Amino acid sequence: MSKPRRQQREVGRIDVIKHLITVWFLQHVQAFIFSLGQLCRNPIASLLTASVIGISLALPAGFYVVLENTRRVSSGWEGSVQITAFLKMDVSEDRGKELAAELENKQGIAQVQYISREQALAEFRQSSGFGEALDALQDNPLPTLLLVRPQPGDNPEQAAASLLDQLKALPEVENAQYDQQWVRRLNAMILIVQRSVFIMAIFLGMAVLVIIGNTIRMLIYHRRSEIEIAKLFGATDGFIQRPFLYSGFWYGLCGGLFAWLLISGSLKLLERPAVHLAELYAGKFNLAGLNPFETLILIGSGIFLGLVGSWISVSHHLRAIEPA
Amino acid sequence: MIRFNSVFMQYPGGIDALKNINIHIETGAMAFITGRSGAGKSTLLRLISLIERHTRGQIIVNGKNLDKVRGNKVALFRRNIGFTFQDHRLLNDRTVFDNVALPLVIAGYRHQEIKKRVQAALDKVSLLSKVNSLPMTLSGGEQQRVGIARAVVHRPTLLLADEPTGNLDPMLSWEIMCLFGQFNQVGVTVLIASHDLDMIKRMKKRIITLREGRTLTHAADYEEKP
Repeated sequence: MSKPRRQQREVGRIDVIKHLITVWFLQHVQAFIFSLGQLCRNPIASLLTASVIGISLALPAGFYVVLENTRRVSSGWEGSVQITAFLKMDVSEDRGKELAAELENKQGIAQVQYISREQALAEFRQSSGFGEALDALQDNPLPTLLLVRPQPGDNPEQAAASLLDQLKALPEVENAQYDQQWVRRLNAMILIVQRSVFIMAIFLGMAVLVIIGNTIRMLIYHRRSEIEIAKLFGATDGFIQRPFLYSGFWYGLCGGLFAWLLISGSLKLLERPAVHLAELYAGKFNLAGLNPFETLILIGSGIFLGLVGSWISVSHHLRAIEPA
Repeated sequence: MIRFNSVFMQYPGGIDALKNINIHIETGAMAFITGRSGAGKSTLLRLISLIERHTRGQIIVNGKNLDKVRGNKVALFRRNIGFTFQDHRLLNDRTVFDNVALPLVIAGYRHQEIKKRVQAALDKVSLLSKVNSLPMTLSGGEQQRVGIARAVVHRPTLLLADEPTGNLDPMLSWEIMCLFGQFNQVGVTVLIASHDLDMIKRMKKRIITLREGRTLTHAADYEEKP
């Protein structure tokens, strides 16, 4: 083969590839717009589908927002974890004060407060209402207390735990426990709820897949004759699939946007009561919504589920339709 | 263009639709397939367009052995064929323009080119004025002509028509047949299945008669009565 002719063939091949890419792009744009048009032609049906998807997405996302807010509040409390160390009854007052001073100089401890047995009794008498019962006792039953506040570090949870063990190991200490055990319990509960939300999100995600898959299935059977004709005139599977995949995309996108609207609306409704509650606790608190990244994830997962749902449906049902 | 070598077609369930068919239709020819209902006329067209697969023998269309045309190649193979049907099979929610444009859209033509070609095809079947109508608003003859415009708009080398005049009166039928004749004159190979023997005899083209799945005659079938 002579050189110019080979060059000509090369040029020809590049032109063919260019042409194929243009066609591919053109057909994608056509399918993109066509599927949107289909959606707009049945506004009520499309809206219903999108809202079902939106609600399914909004439920886990909404729970997530509530959880995030709870965590923000409780993490404020977490910083002020205190450990109460009960000294043994036979430890003298001097030794107790000495120990308090020793501990205060130790690394990892921010502050130690010494509460003598008498102070403790007075406080108890005042706050419990058992004053008279206490009078009946001959000895003060309460031990000396040390209130130890750990230094806030990178990992307060672990630092507090190791400090608790250290304190328990001291010979003078009878027992030591977290002052705010309930914060830890709350955090443990949040962890459980968090996981439940995660599981729920998976279930609802599957529901979205089924909803979209079923909607696309109905679309496919609704346009059965059209698919048959298109196949007869040489449409490839890709050509026929494309509009349905884009329909799934649109449903997912609309569902995601709808979910975002639901969550934003709900937060608006909750904002005032939340601020009011915070004021009662003399605290400053703003209800946090979805940040841009989380919004992107919400809408993105809508689109993802839409595409996957329609893809499953399309690959399952389109094969069954052959021209007859 | 079309060659059948000892082709058998058996439908699932053991019904023999075609038995030992041997046909050769040259490129650029026009031929009719006739016979009673159930003789295998439609099956023959369906084998050519790969809607059905033959069970034995060999079919060569446009130089391609149909046994080898599978998977994605089916779609590309069909782009060289134009189809018309007795029941038109137009998409009733699309305009005449969109219906005729379908084969071009599938093949990925640009919009300007599509517009040009659709107008030319509709002009050919004298329906340019109905370009924006919906098929349901057209008469049966007009719908059939839209179907023909769709079948030729992508300039296929082979035109297959299954009972194109089945629902039309003799006058309209004759017009439609003449239309097919015109496409044949510009080089398209045309194969028409029809039971309207009187009319196809007037066309003075080759007639292939099927009876119970077998070819009866090849050349001297002008005398054959249904």
